[in-house]
Amino acid sequence: MRDIASDILIKGGRIIDPAQNRDGVGDLLISNGIIQEISSSITPSDNWVQVIEATGKVVAPGLIDLHTHVREPGFEYKETIASATAAAAYGGFTSICCMPNTNPVNDNQSVTELILEKAAKEGMVRVLPIGAITKASKGCELAEMGELVAAGCVAVSDDGLPVMNSQVMRQAMSYAKIFDIPVIDHCEDLNLTDNGVIFEGDVSTRLGLRGIPASSESVMVARDIALAEQTGARVHLAHISTAASVHLIRDAKRRGIPVTAETCPHYFTLTDEAVGCFNANAKMKPPLATEQDQAEVLAGLADGTIDLIATDHAPHAADEKAQALDCAPFGIIGLETALPLSLELVGRGVLTLPQVIRKLSFEPARVLGKKTGVLGIGDPADITLIDLDTEWVVDEQHIKSMSKNSPFMGRQMKGRATAIVVGGKLIEN
Amino acid sequence: MQLKRKDILGIAELDREEIDLILQTAESFKEVSSRAIKKVPALRGKTLINLFFEPSTRTRTSFELAGKRLSADVINISSSSSSTLKGETLLDTTRNIQAMHSDFIVIRHASSGVPHFLARSVESAVINAGDGANEHPSQALLDLLTIKENKGRVKGLKVVIIGDILHGRVAHSDIHVLKKYGADVHLVAPPTLIPTGIERWGVQIHYHLDQALAGADVIILLRLQLERQGSSYFPTLREYAELYGLNARRLALADSEALVMHPGPINRGVEVSSDVADGLSSVILQQVSNGVAVRMALLFLLSGGKHA
Repeated sequence: MRDIASDILIKGGRIIDPAQNRDGVGDLLISNGIIQEISSSITPSDNWVQVIEATGKVVAPGLIDLHTHVREPGFEYKETIASATAAAAYGGFTSICCMPNTNPVNDNQSVTELILEKAAKEGMVRVLPIGAITKASKGCELAEMGELVAAGCVAVSDDGLPVMNSQVMRQAMSYAKIFDIPVIDHCEDLNLTDNGVIFEGDVSTRLGLRGIPASSESVMVARDIALAEQTGARVHLAHISTAASVHLIRDAKRRGIPVTAETCPHYFTLTDEAVGCFNANAKMKPPLATEQDQAEVLAGLADGTIDLIATDHAPHAADEKAQALDCAPFGIIGLETALPLSLELVGRGVLTLPQVIRKLSFEPARVLGKKTGVLGIGDPADITLIDLDTEWVVDEQHIKSMSKNSPFMGRQMKGRATAIVVGGKLIEN
Repeated sequence: MQLKRKDILGIAELDREEIDLILQTAESFKEVSSRAIKKVPALRGKTLINLFFEPSTRTRTSFELAGKRLSADVINISSSSSSTLKGETLLDTTRNIQAMHSDFIVIRHASSGVPHFLARSVESAVINAGDGANEHPSQALLDLLTIKENKGRVKGLKVVIIGDILHGRVAHSDIHVLKKYGADVHLVAPPTLIPTGIERWGVQIHYHLDQALAGADVIILLRLQLERQGSSYFPTLREYAELYGLNARRLALADSEALVMHPGPINRGVEVSSDVADGLSSVILQQVSNGVAVRMALLFLLSGGKHA
């Protein structure tokens, strides 16, 4: 007996597989959840095959978000595994990596298992947990990394917080080499941030808000590069936002130090001017910086200094954001808007379409040391179908996340995922 | 002529025509405060709520008197008595006040932008009585009135503002208003208390007080929050007073007719010595009197009142 649902023929799409330099119109056959065949024309062998007409659409490897805050367990009023994966599916992501700053923190096997069980039951896309670097992400004692990896964690991070103690960070990097997993750091010097709220510059001065200096990020980027050089561990730098950081990473890569870096769509789309008149939905860490910083982030994306694009999807309830700006929590959602904002990079002359897709699929997989993010024959079928031309406006109807804290509400977008295939299972938007 | 707006949130968005109107109206209200019966019926039946989330005596009393002299009913809500201590959110507090149909809400809050948040959520006229390090518009208006009364003009005057510019909402609003009227504005503070990029507001920055004071027409002192001592802003009050305190020797460097102003309350011996605070150049108490008149003008104009 053949499983009807698992046989899908995607016909006539522009198949883009950056890792294999494929970019051409053709057909793709999925059988039993596996990519069976890719060729210029495939005729369905029998009537059991579900045919998806993809003419005019892009057929890409399933997008992978290396940086999602799922909020479950502990903050289910902001987001759940069910709602985050629904948002991911709608945004074109077939895998999301969930940061450990839940309650309790994902610093042990039980929390990892809970996340994976929930994801298996309620998740629409794959959920890859990231374990904590230190116990309760307090930055003091290392969490049991071996146990976390055995339970299914793909990386470690104390995201939301930096590991301020450089000795602890050095030891974490050294220890992570046992498991060959990346250590992901949220680069922020908390002493320099002080009580800062938005980027320290003209806008913070105009609004009388405490600023977060650019050096809060770059000081830690420099430290992490020094520690990566010393330990030889794989270090991944999250949500890079400033010119100074891009310069440091570019230089480190030139010297062969094993660092990778991500940025987020808001850093290459907005500047601190988006804070406008105290808009709490433009408040996140690191903060939106200046035009010069944005220009350097774009240059970093173009020359490969910045390896990939991640969302830093950080849901917060409406009443949490409806406060005085300095009391409102940091963070914005991003799963539903990341793809169209990244596609804008093509029109802005920063990246080609295959490069955009690569930074949203193959590169995050590469950071994790996984051979996914490609359209390989015999691989599990994780695929994203993209309509490049659909124009739409970001509103609540297009936000599947439980939280709506986005600075892009009301913004005109072009292009979106029309469907994803996760392990051979089709989810249409 | 009438004001074009529902709220007074900051000086930055006011134009000169509006500021002139407020000052003219304030001048006509000064006379009310000198009468034996200090009351006119302009705002009878109107309700003013003073919503103060930060301790304040001067500004709150000034708004209260302004409201009462115009016959409005005035209610004071301070942070110690407010429901925020019971965990009520700002939005809920706001909605409750709105439900009580207040005509004016005067708000002071430690966070920048709270009056703007309030103004977006309520129909009442909102007056910013100081938000974080952002603005304190009524203070700047009374400072402007005081300068105009004493100097007859603002354009071309050398105004030196001394002290904590970084946390200073008074400095922010004063700079905006003084620049709008063409003053030559100088800021003096340690670099740790000067906000990034403020030189782009068209002001000159000094780290040395003596140099800045030469030929000054107006000296505006800012109140130093004493808890800044021991943080990384400056080492001790002693050293701060030594480097940035105004005393008789330094005052002599300014123009002989220079005015000394301070929004209060004064830290005697820190930002200013007692002989200067109480001396002939000081117009500090005149500022207080003008404060009531300016706030009467704001309430009157926001209620739709027209200045003849």
